[in-house]
Amino acid sequence: MSAPEAKVDDLALSRRLVTPEGVDLRLGLASAAERASAFVIDAGVILVALLALTLIAAPLGLSAGEAGREVAAIVWLLGAFALRNGYFMLFELGPRGATPGKQALRLRVVARDGGAPTAEAIFARNALREIEIFLPLSLIGGAMAAGDPVDGAMVGLALVWSGTFLLLPLFNRERLRAGDLVAGTWVVRSPRPVLLADLAAASSSPVAAGVGGFAFTTAQTGAYGVKELELLETVLRRRDPEALAAVARRIRAKIGYAAPLGENDEAFLTAYYAALRGRLEQGLLFGRRRRDKFDVG
Amino acid sequence: MSRLELRSHRFRAEREADWRRLEQLLARAEAGRAAALSEDELLDLPLLYRALISSLSVARATSLDASLIAYLEALAARAYFFVYGARVRPRERLARFFRSGWPGAVRDLWRETLVSGAILILSALVGYLLVTQDADWYGAIMPGGMTQGRDPTATTAYLKSVLYDAHGQSGLSVFATYLFTHNAQIALLAFALGFAFCLPTALLVGQNGLSLGALLALYAGRGLGLQLGGWLVIHGVTELFATVLAGAAGFRLGWTVMFPGERGRLDALANAGRTAGAAMAGVVIMLICAGALEGVGRQLIRDDVARWSIGAATALVWGLYFYWPRRGPA
Repeated sequence: MSAPEAKVDDLALSRRLVTPEGVDLRLGLASAAERASAFVIDAGVILVALLALTLIAAPLGLSAGEAGREVAAIVWLLGAFALRNGYFMLFELGPRGATPGKQALRLRVVARDGGAPTAEAIFARNALREIEIFLPLSLIGGAMAAGDPVDGAMVGLALVWSGTFLLLPLFNRERLRAGDLVAGTWVVRSPRPVLLADLAAASSSPVAAGVGGFAFTTAQTGAYGVKELELLETVLRRRDPEALAAVARRIRAKIGYAAPLGENDEAFLTAYYAALRGRLEQGLLFGRRRRDKFDVG
Repeated sequence: MSRLELRSHRFRAEREADWRRLEQLLARAEAGRAAALSEDELLDLPLLYRALISSLSVARATSLDASLIAYLEALAARAYFFVYGARVRPRERLARFFRSGWPGAVRDLWRETLVSGAILILSALVGYLLVTQDADWYGAIMPGGMTQGRDPTATTAYLKSVLYDAHGQSGLSVFATYLFTHNAQIALLAFALGFAFCLPTALLVGQNGLSLGALLALYAGRGLGLQLGGWLVIHGVTELFATVLAGAAGFRLGWTVMFPGERGRLDALANAGRTAGAAMAGVVIMLICAGALEGVGRQLIRDDVARWSIGAATALVWGLYFYWPRRGPA
């Protein structure tokens, strides 16, 4: 009884989260690529903020006297520290559970047992960025500074060692990085809910308003299953004329429907979609879910 | 026309207004504080959420509108995290951290604290003995930038002057800030390195101990041991304790990675992370105190007795705060 089958590539990243009401929310884990993109955005934000901080502090330190210089130095030191260590923590503890980078990619951090992670967990989660990001970075800096080839080789080995922490998410099914392991969290997709118009509703579009003129026999609406219905929905929502024409031709041939001359493909498909969905949903009410056109048992 | 009106469409038409309302409330609540919602709206939120969850299960069973189900799933997940997220107010969260979270975590780490403390003391002893035997060891142990001319070739008068000269009164707060950010970053690194099977953390703590011992040996050799003690102890009690705790938190992580026990690695690590995370948040606070004591207190207080008594007082305060037995769950 699983409603729209997730796409195959998403299946590996789909996880159960059963609410106290007993409904599985079927969360999707964020892929490694999404995580990396989110981090790049966040790193960019931090760098820009750091630059802005420097631009504010520098003239203050140069122009004003002793006191001004002191204030500028303190502001810069604390600001840089807060940015490096506080940025991720602050945003991930917020009501969205996501940094701006994660928000942009529609991701959020949640505890693996469902619910919001604790402040301690988020602190530990982001403290581990020290070995995931800053340690390799400082080693790269060291490698560039090392003129001696032996030193360089040592640094290279250290880099490989520290790289294993960075690449940890690629080596486990849950896409957990070291910080996630320690915090008991994972990063899930949190898509923005968008309610599209119901294709079967007469009021949804001018095309749909004219579908009353079509009539299909039971045999004709019995040609397909849920899988084909969803494919048809996708095609109708995309509204690519070529695809519409091709699909309409296939369906007309399959169900033996004689189209009057100059019939609008989209109108025909919308009408057939509504009829097919009505038929299949009726089957659902009787406990029969027809997966696809081959499912005739 | 009515023949085409599907049941699933009617189902949607009847409930859509409620879903939209929930969507709006959530958007407002997530954008700002929960205070953005009125009391009525806050009371409505769980009701709307439950209605939505029931819509979702009905839709999954009876509707074949894939986009509708996707919408309901996305909205349900967002609402779930809002309704069931442990929404503790920041002030309560802080109060709980100081009342039980922090000292509780430190007490929980007592074994690791002992090990970490032992590493620090032993390595300090080794550093002391090495430098007492052969002064050349000093250069090998101390990182070059840290000596500031304090090495075996320096005169006793110079060594003494370092202990009592202020770095220029005006720069004190900058100095304190610098010390705090620098030390806190090292402590965080020591903690995170624990994840790599404890060893790097042990090295970092040991290195700290070695240079401490070397410095002590250098000053003790000139008969300035007690004075150096005062110079160190005023902030060192707090700072070294913080170092030991950061090491302990790191050890907890590494140990759990290696020996997760009966609960399985994922659960055990998540548990260890919570304890270690609380302890580390505390370590950062301790380092703020240590930075202030070192950057400001030490420069203004030149009297050995005063320095020693402040050091002893901090030891007493931290000791009582962490280990004084208290009632109730930690």
